[in-house]
Amino acid sequence: MQRQGMVSIWFFIGALLLAYGVLILGAALFEGPSEHPVVLAELHAGIWWGVLLILLGGLYTFKFMPGRGK
Amino acid sequence: MQAITALPYAPALFLQARLLTLSGVDIAIIALYFVAVLGIGFYLKRYTKTGEDFFLAGREMTAWVAGLSFLAANLGSLELMGWAGAAYQYGILAAHWYWIGAIPAMLFLGIVMIPFYYISKTHSVPGYLKLRFGEPSRALSAISFGAMTVLMSGINMYSMALVMKVVLGWDIRFSIWASSVTVAVYVGLGGLLSAIFNEVLQFVLIWLGAMLISIIGLIETGGWNGMVARIHQNWPGQDYTHLWSTLGSFTDNPMGINWIGIVFGLGAVISMGYWTTDFLVVQRVISAKDLRSAKLAPIIGAAFKMCVPFIVIVPGLLALAVLPEHLTGEAQAVATGGHSYNEVLPMMLARYCGPGLLGLGITALIAGFMSGMAGNVSAFATVWTYDIYRAMIRKDATDDHYVSMGRWCTIVGVLVSIGTAYLVMSFLSIMDYVQALFSFFIAPLFGTVLLGMMWKRATPAGGFWGLLAGTASSIGMFAWVKLDPSAIQYVALSSAAKDMAENMYRALWSWMVCVLVTVAVSLATRPQPESELVNLVYGCTKIPSEGHLPVYQRPIFWAGLVAVAFVILQIIFW
Repeated sequence: MQRQGMVSIWFFIGALLLAYGVLILGAALFEGPSEHPVVLAELHAGIWWGVLLILLGGLYTFKFMPGRGK
Repeated sequence: MQAITALPYAPALFLQARLLTLSGVDIAIIALYFVAVLGIGFYLKRYTKTGEDFFLAGREMTAWVAGLSFLAANLGSLELMGWAGAAYQYGILAAHWYWIGAIPAMLFLGIVMIPFYYISKTHSVPGYLKLRFGEPSRALSAISFGAMTVLMSGINMYSMALVMKVVLGWDIRFSIWASSVTVAVYVGLGGLLSAIFNEVLQFVLIWLGAMLISIIGLIETGGWNGMVARIHQNWPGQDYTHLWSTLGSFTDNPMGINWIGIVFGLGAVISMGYWTTDFLVVQRVISAKDLRSAKLAPIIGAAFKMCVPFIVIVPGLLALAVLPEHLTGEAQAVATGGHSYNEVLPMMLARYCGPGLLGLGITALIAGFMSGMAGNVSAFATVWTYDIYRAMIRKDATDDHYVSMGRWCTIVGVLVSIGTAYLVMSFLSIMDYVQALFSFFIAPLFGTVLLGMMWKRATPAGGFWGLLAGTASSIGMFAWVKLDPSAIQYVALSSAAKDMAENMYRALWSWMVCVLVTVAVSLATRPQPESELVNLVYGCTKIPSEGHLPVYQRPIFWAGLVAVAFVILQIIFW
């Protein structure tokens, strides 16, 4: 739905995913190992998932940014 | 449908140390989620002025938003964790609750039933019963729905808080109050509009938070075939990976059920009842902006529902394949200090997720809880305000007054739910009874609504007495088996039947009682004139043609595609 002047829900989702992507990527790159043993830690899932969230979140944030024409 | 098997069983959980420790970034992710949902609630308050806005989100939702919200309202935390546990216990049979126990009903709602809900302009399912069968049917349905909704909400709340205690060591009262006050604030401010917006957000988070478990798990096992091979190796002589081939008899599968119970009890009655008459989910669909969007919404929901086993059932199966310890039922877990089935999802989360991803996974569980609870309280607020308060207490107030009542009712609904959660904390056995109570109304209600929509000859007296008789017969059968467990051989047609089979057969019989009584009483009473049935019943309602639309824009086309995919899945996992 999109009432006059209302920010799209997809923008909120995009912004949150973008923030999550940054946090998860940052944690994967800069935080130490997990306190509990993680199976297949060598896959570095945090890096891949963080990048995915940044791309997805960035796309939705940009596409549904308030003020951007329909 | 919520996992009837489920979580509620505290004793084992209380005995264990917590499973996980969150890092700073995990806590930041969870905190950000709370900020986001509250922010959306405050933002949307300005757009929620009239009763139509508050209770039906202005009837302006697109098919996508209504469809995702329709599904998210059902995807509560019990749904996620309960069915992951059920998958560990029963294997892939648990997927029936996502496939035959959902897809046909969702498509039936979209193609057959939605036109009547939508064209009649009703604001609720009890509201439809009022239009079709009169005030007594509405009153019976509204009061039972309202009471059961807040009770269920409290049970979900307690179960979620319990998991947070076990998984994270959070104080149970803190979890209950923090999550429920958040839901009360954002639903109270923005009504259904806010609930729906947040449900779409929660839907995305649930998927992104839970999907990783299945992806990494399948990498660990070397794909689906590797997982199946490991399950056979770990559990010789038991079949956890076939959907239909073990349903020939009650004794051939771990669920103790046969195909008749699954097809007719689950697929034809319980699932149809839940997805087509439970106002919690139907409310999302009738908020759509036009009839075509309303028809498409459940079809979109069905397409995603078909994929949910990937994030719920697959983790349970993976646990069968990779966990070194064997999880048990609650009683045994209490005795041994081990883990129970219901902890599968958090255990798998802990297995594969490090800092950051763990926070996202926990956020997915919290989001699941909140979407389920928001669904309950927003539906409760609507039914209370329109079908009880306006119908029976104050008929002629202003629209502003009803909106205000809706906001207060949201807060009261949450408080009553919290009260129920505390009650459950003290008397755990209540949980079993309330879950059963909820199921008493669903199957007969489907019989009443279906006959109301499809059969012109159904009369108000037939509708009311059929609903009452169906409900009473369901309660009677439940009490009979409780008092005399051997009675299950009559209710479920086999002494080898287990609880799940009893639920399915009880639903089937109560639906049949409802239909038979409705038909008999209707034929014995005076028919309603057709002029009173316009826009309510098949044959008296002009449903707009979609013939002018290109094929790919017609709901029936997409429903057909989903149906084909559903059949293919049954064959693949046969």
